[in-house]
Amino acid sequence: MGIRFILMVNKQGQTRLAQYYEWLTLEERRALEGEIVRKCLARNDQQIRFELMFEFLCSYAGVLAGWLALNEQCSFVEHRNYKIVYRRYASLFFMVGVDDDENELAILEFIHLLVETMDKHFGNVCELDIMFHLEKAHFMLEEMVMNGCIVETSKANILSPIQLMDKAH
Amino acid sequence: MDNLFQRSLEDLIKGFRLQLLGESSFISRALEEIRREVKATDLSTKSTALHKLSYLAAIHGVDMSWAAFHALEVVSSSRFHHKRIGYQAITQSFHDQTSVLLLITNQLRKDLNSVNEYEVSLALECLSRIGTRDLARDLSPEVFTLLGSSKSFVRKKATGVVLRVFDKYPDAVKVCFKRLVENLETSDPQILSAVVGVFCELASKDPTSCLPLAPEFFKILVDSRNNWVLIKLLKIFSKLASVEPRLGRKVAEPICEHMKRTVAKSLVFECVRTVVSSLSDHEAAVELAVAKIREFLVEDDPNLKYLGLHALSIAAPKHLWAVLENKEAVVKALSDEDPNVKLEALHLLMAMVTEDNVSEISRILMNYALKSDPLFCNEIIISVLSVCSRNAYEIIVDFDWYVSLLGEMARIPHCQRGEEIEHQLIDIGMRVRDARPQLVRVSWALLIDPALLGNMFLHPILSAASWVSGEYVEFSKNPYELVEALVQPRTDLLPPYIRAIYIHSVFKVLVFCLGSYFSAQESSSGSSSTVYESILNLVNVIEIGVWPLSGAYDVEVQERAKNVLGFIGMAKQDIAKNVNLQDNDAEACRVTAFMEDMFSEELGPISANAQEKVCVPDGLELEENLGDLEEICGKFLKPVESDSVSCTDKISFSVSKLRIRDQQEASSSSTSLPAKASSSLLAEHRKRHGMYYLTSEKNDPDSNGTPKDYPPANDLASEILLDPLDPKRKAKHRKSRPVVVKLDEGGESRITTSQAKTKQESVTDDESLSRAIQSALLVNKKGKEREKCEGNSNLVVQEEETSRIEKPQNSEKKKKKKKKKNGERTSGKHRSRRRSEVASSSEQVEIPDLLL
Repeated sequence: MGIRFILMVNKQGQTRLAQYYEWLTLEERRALEGEIVRKCLARNDQQIRFELMFEFLCSYAGVLAGWLALNEQCSFVEHRNYKIVYRRYASLFFMVGVDDDENELAILEFIHLLVETMDKHFGNVCELDIMFHLEKAHFMLEEMVMNGCIVETSKANILSPIQLMDKAH
Repeated sequence: MDNLFQRSLEDLIKGFRLQLLGESSFISRALEEIRREVKATDLSTKSTALHKLSYLAAIHGVDMSWAAFHALEVVSSSRFHHKRIGYQAITQSFHDQTSVLLLITNQLRKDLNSVNEYEVSLALECLSRIGTRDLARDLSPEVFTLLGSSKSFVRKKATGVVLRVFDKYPDAVKVCFKRLVENLETSDPQILSAVVGVFCELASKDPTSCLPLAPEFFKILVDSRNNWVLIKLLKIFSKLASVEPRLGRKVAEPICEHMKRTVAKSLVFECVRTVVSSLSDHEAAVELAVAKIREFLVEDDPNLKYLGLHALSIAAPKHLWAVLENKEAVVKALSDEDPNVKLEALHLLMAMVTEDNVSEISRILMNYALKSDPLFCNEIIISVLSVCSRNAYEIIVDFDWYVSLLGEMARIPHCQRGEEIEHQLIDIGMRVRDARPQLVRVSWALLIDPALLGNMFLHPILSAASWVSGEYVEFSKNPYELVEALVQPRTDLLPPYIRAIYIHSVFKVLVFCLGSYFSAQESSSGSSSTVYESILNLVNVIEIGVWPLSGAYDVEVQERAKNVLGFIGMAKQDIAKNVNLQDNDAEACRVTAFMEDMFSEELGPISANAQEKVCVPDGLELEENLGDLEEICGKFLKPVESDSVSCTDKISFSVSKLRIRDQQEASSSSTSLPAKASSSLLAEHRKRHGMYYLTSEKNDPDSNGTPKDYPPANDLASEILLDPLDPKRKAKHRKSRPVVVKLDEGGESRITTSQAKTKQESVTDDESLSRAIQSALLVNKKGKEREKCEGNSNLVVQEEETSRIEKPQNSEKKKKKKKKKNGERTSGKHRSRRRSEVASSSEQVEIPDLLL
């Protein structure tokens, strides 16, 4: 069913955000996070330079522009019966676990969209922002993904309810 | 008053960060605080406490299920802030077993009906994450209403929830489906995106039921510019086209258009994937797709390279030409830095292997294996081994080359696949007669190399090498050197069971040499002194080498060493120059001849179905209950005591032997009653079923290894061997390929491919869901012709049994099948009529004409 879970983990392996779209017990979650994090962190240790030009889709406006990501390594890892698509932004790893038939590049775009949205809302988002405003991050994610399917891809639409709520609060 | 001193979440986090050590005590202190605070009556205090608890649960894995009821209380507050916190807690911690789940229904219903769209969205999101069957059933009317709401925000979310509701409660399909389909035609891109997402999931579960909606999808495919929507549509079409091939023709055009026009790589990849997997019959589309794949392969980005290779491997089975065109790119990818890319390239290369290029490709791969890290090296080795051994070595024409390749693999430094190589060496030895000389040569090279003995991964290969050398010693050029290699002192590094194989091979070589010596002696009048000296040398070398092992700790090694030494002791007398071999005392000669005879019997592969081929002899009863035998045999089958054992009390597992022994034991039964009659259960069992137990005593130690005690097995084996071997010999290949003995289904592939991944889906749920969708769609069609307000007396044309047949306990709670009007609530526990099952599978799903 599309996306199974979304994780944000820092370089030391501490989970900063975990959103699961299927029920797993606490031990299962911890075990899963441990395994995946180990796999992804191990792969990235070999990266020497981390120079990037990014490619993104601006879907809502219908304009197509492109940046290319020049990673040293592939961003996909196979784990049990699903794939993990991950990308590293500064000190944080964004990992999305998806079904086998999901389009990996689209998920990479989704991760980038998520980061940009958070950036727009928090202004130069960093790990601390996510830590202190966890529920806002959750909220953003809930706007974007429902039931494991991506439903909203426009930053404006995602942020407007959140901004409204902040104003009312 | 409590509020002033309550720590907010921010304080908690700050405090946590300042804590350098003692994190768990900090957490437990915080937990205590929370437990106190959460019981307060003031909702603000409660909600802050719950907020903190959610944080701790999410990040530090603290269990928060005890706070379920408090979460409910918080949710019932009228302040939005509290509601949000409450819902967050609920979404995080509720699951199917939560006891207070029932209480949430009303709260959800209230919120779903609320005017404030944000409250509605909170409730919807909560439902989508924790929705159970009961919740889905009770709240589907509300969801239905919301699907038609005027606020697109709400509609979008409702669409998102629909999937979960359908999943848990298939009957809801009838209620909500129409609205869903209406939403498909909306111009609002948000909602469209959500709806297409839902259909994408539905289509993956059951394509046939979504087939009637194909025209709408087609329209969107052509018109839309939104890449996300297009990607989902492509997935839908890929599933639909595999079910309905005519659809492929129509769809290929717009897909190619998109492929050419778009810049977005993700869309290109999805198009390529769709074409290659479902539209593989349309040549033009496939060629365009392959061109795009080539572009991917030459990119620097490892992601794109990996995806290009992946798409190529999907295309490989039907379009091998595409793979061959890109051969250089694939080979280049083998040396890429990224492990995923390398693995995909390896698999692709394996798909390309045929008889002609197998040696070339293996050469390339061996070079890479020498250069790579251990993991990839072993991947290469195992894939080469598996491809070459498929179907009893179908691909190999030149076995001499293949055997030397196996030897080469053993010398690769990182090789860890000893068992597979061992298996193949022995397998080839048994099946391919003509390859045996080369096998012996390669084994000899492996055995004399002392360096290999130190590498424990190679020990299985060495054991195979020694077995082969012993078994096919007649092909070896220099048995003397072979024996020297087998008894060299460095073999101490081998584990005992392999050592035992070495000693046994030494034995076989000895027998062979002695046999030829004796026969040479018999035929020629006198023996030359050089021959005599060489055989004496051989015997001495063996004796010196094996003698230390006769005191070895391992019983197997010790036993075999003693066998060999005993045999040597006996043979030494007869090797002397002046012995007349026609003498009756020349025991050794006769024994040697017998041994040779035994060793010359070939071991061969046995088909798994061989036993079935042996026809049951007449008069043999296989099905009868053997209980009656107890009367006959009871006296003779006594429980075995370890101390009062005598040779005549052997309990044999062969019925024929039992009759023979009956007579033996009848004479001695009176004297051999056990001293103490054991009353343990085991003894009783042995008494009753003793004939099925294996012999409990060791054989006489001086039997010298001759397998006289087990003739039945050997006889049977030789029978089976002869039968399938003859008619199944493979015909000679035009390039004089050696004969490979291949039996029917004799060899399953031992190496399982790692690609077998299947999705687990609960079949019953899917069936019910698909039937529900099908019925809803057909009703849709017919409903468009007739008036909508129809009494449900006449109901749907297609009557169905829902999944309740499989779940009989829910048969009481069936809902009405069809709504009378929009907006009417159909909840409640009506007993609906019994529905008869119609073979819905035989009903052809109509395809709208415009698509044909």
